[in-house]
Amino acid sequence: MRGLGLDSYYRRRILDPSIRPTRPDAAQPRFDFAPYLRAQPDGRVALTLAVDGLHCAACVWLIESVLAREPGLESARVNMTTRRLRIVWQPENADPDHAVQRVMALGYRLTPFDEVGADDLATRRQRLLLRAMAVAGFAAGNIMLLSVSVWAGQVQDMGPATRDLMHWISALIALPAIAYAGRPFFEPALAALAARRVNMDVPISLAVLLAAGMSLAQTATSQPHAYFDSAVTLLFFLLIGRYLDARSRGRARQVAANLLALRARAVTVLDTDGSTRVASPADVRAGMTVLVAAGERVPVDGAVADGASDLDTAAITGESVPRPVRQGDPVLAGTVNLTGPLRVVVTSVGEDTVLAEILRLVETAEQGRARYVALADRVARLYAPVVHSLALVTFLGWWLVLGAGVQAALLIAIAVLIITCPCALALAVPAVQVAAAGRLMRRGVLIKSATALERLAGIDTVVFDKTGTLTDGRPRLLRDAGWSQSDLAVAAGLAASSRHPLARALSRAAPDAEPAARVEEIPGSGLKSGDVLLGSRDWCGVAEAGESEGPELWLVRPGSAPRRFRFEDTPRPDAEAVIGELLRRGLRVELLSGDRPLAVGALAGRLGIARWRGSCTPAAKAAHLNALAASGRRVLMVGDGLNDAPALGHARVSMSPADAVDIAQNAADVVFQGEQLGPVAETLALARQSHRLVLQNLGLAFAYNALTIPLAMSGMVTPLIAAIAMSASSVAVVGNALRAGRGGWR
Amino acid sequence: MSALLYLIPIAVLLGLLGLGAFLWALRAGQFDDLDGAANRILFDDEPPEDGKS
Repeated sequence: MRGLGLDSYYRRRILDPSIRPTRPDAAQPRFDFAPYLRAQPDGRVALTLAVDGLHCAACVWLIESVLAREPGLESARVNMTTRRLRIVWQPENADPDHAVQRVMALGYRLTPFDEVGADDLATRRQRLLLRAMAVAGFAAGNIMLLSVSVWAGQVQDMGPATRDLMHWISALIALPAIAYAGRPFFEPALAALAARRVNMDVPISLAVLLAAGMSLAQTATSQPHAYFDSAVTLLFFLLIGRYLDARSRGRARQVAANLLALRARAVTVLDTDGSTRVASPADVRAGMTVLVAAGERVPVDGAVADGASDLDTAAITGESVPRPVRQGDPVLAGTVNLTGPLRVVVTSVGEDTVLAEILRLVETAEQGRARYVALADRVARLYAPVVHSLALVTFLGWWLVLGAGVQAALLIAIAVLIITCPCALALAVPAVQVAAAGRLMRRGVLIKSATALERLAGIDTVVFDKTGTLTDGRPRLLRDAGWSQSDLAVAAGLAASSRHPLARALSRAAPDAEPAARVEEIPGSGLKSGDVLLGSRDWCGVAEAGESEGPELWLVRPGSAPRRFRFEDTPRPDAEAVIGELLRRGLRVELLSGDRPLAVGALAGRLGIARWRGSCTPAAKAAHLNALAASGRRVLMVGDGLNDAPALGHARVSMSPADAVDIAQNAADVVFQGEQLGPVAETLALARQSHRLVLQNLGLAFAYNALTIPLAMSGMVTPLIAAIAMSASSVAVVGNALRAGRGGWR
Repeated sequence: MSALLYLIPIAVLLGLLGLGAFLWALRAGQFDDLDGAANRILFDDEPPEDGKS
């Protein structure tokens, strides 16, 4: 960075100590950008890339400064909200590959991002809402101006002619505005009615349309009361709520999409003529040979044709110890190749892989969950029939019992509908959710589904996965009497050159050890330097009795007894505190893992979890969750592996860490970032607080109705009262909701 | 009261101008990256090469 003369970056940087520093990665994957290039109408070419490692404004400045020096690039702009970089260049005089490599050399990971993806629709909808909100705001402001004059004129000396003029101008502004800005409500309302259901949009649309229609009739017949201001202000308030809701969810979706794009890996295919090429996973066919370098994720199901290595299968099976593989052994997509390069002959692709099988399990689980009905919709189902029959009773009462004219009775009935329009009710839930989601977003917790917070609030059981969720998936050396400091120094010296997780754990335990000379790594077996061996029990030739309890390495030196190093998978730093906190809140905590029961039991005992099960297959996990649900428990599942994905789908609500495999993240409702488990407890606490606030808001909305409905039914409501009552209730509800976004974290 | 005849059109016109400006800004992408825009104002220009700044 000094070499680029950009060291002022360090002055600009605002470091968050919890974030790990970005580091140039030696093994950056190279991508074929061609499918992602977008030709612009003026002949230039644009490319959008997702940026990983972007933490603050200084990173934006750094990337843009570096790219500004790149010849031929016409523009390079980082969007800090979506964490995406967009570069534009003339095809003939720039080298985008070089530009991308320059940014990668800074330590940011870039992945081409398909702009015309799924979130395009959501973005368009968000823009439509914003435009509708602007139009409604403009109309509301101007009509209110006119309405205030009319209200003032009622106690002063405004003549009926001037008042009618004001009403006509209001109508001129209000009717087009309602036609345009009301579409986000009218369309879902029509769709719901067509499906013979009622949602919150039906009473809203009805009230707005009736208010506008009645006001037009009033104006045409030169009557004193018109409700144009109420109708438009109502739309404006509701659109603010809708827009904020769409925006916060859109942001969560964009960040999640970036995380997924970063995992898209190209596959290196070895052709029959011996040449290699990079292909997308979709183009790989059974029978092809695929190269998997050490450190890469295996992209296909297959069998090892050549080479030996250790595979980290934690994502598929939950085992924390790598499994050695050699020629002929089957390998599964999603596992990580740790120690040696492999040639894999593809045996199955697409629908036949274990991966696809797990995906199918996830899909069936999610269909089941779609049946959950949001609280707001449940309220609407009760609310809409009640207010509509109240309006009917009012009409019949005034017309038949009190003997008013049909027209007067109709006016009063419409006033009831306007005053009961569920403005505060429709804001009660989204306003709280937006405030809570915003606060969680700042903590690195992304709420992906609309009803996730509601479902979280009712949880009584939390089920954790072990490897990668409760633990950080990295083994740690156990201190015991089996070895001495000098043994450790020798072993760590051998281990220094290996990327096997157990070897790395040894290096971490003795970071100052002198690296041994001429170390040879025998993939799947161990490390060797002259006569000194470090590796598995069988390979080292140790014939000692006693079964191994966990992951272990043996050190064999000529002239001294073999030494055993034992390891354990360490829990996340705050796992014990978080579990304790959950238990204190009266939740039932369970541990489900695909790992060996011995390892699972040890961890469960240490963290104080009484209920645990080991050796679970993905289907067994899902079945266990179904059984829990059948016994009436509402379960939160926290998991990160492929083997958890079906269970995540079957749980009432699910969370997964941001370093989980993509399928698990897709299946989860909530994704949390960072090394800590704390966000799980915090999100639960905030979900419960939000639920309380939602209930308070619903209470406020009903209290307001209890106050105004009798007024409306007795025919005493004027446009002035309607405007004051509606604004006051909406502001009270939103103000109460904002409390969800306040307050610090413990 | 006759002042209303030109005051109201003026008020509505001014409001429409504001609405038009907002919709233009929206179309021009000024609301696409609110976080970045808030921070960008803090970036200094590069100091001149000869160090006379």
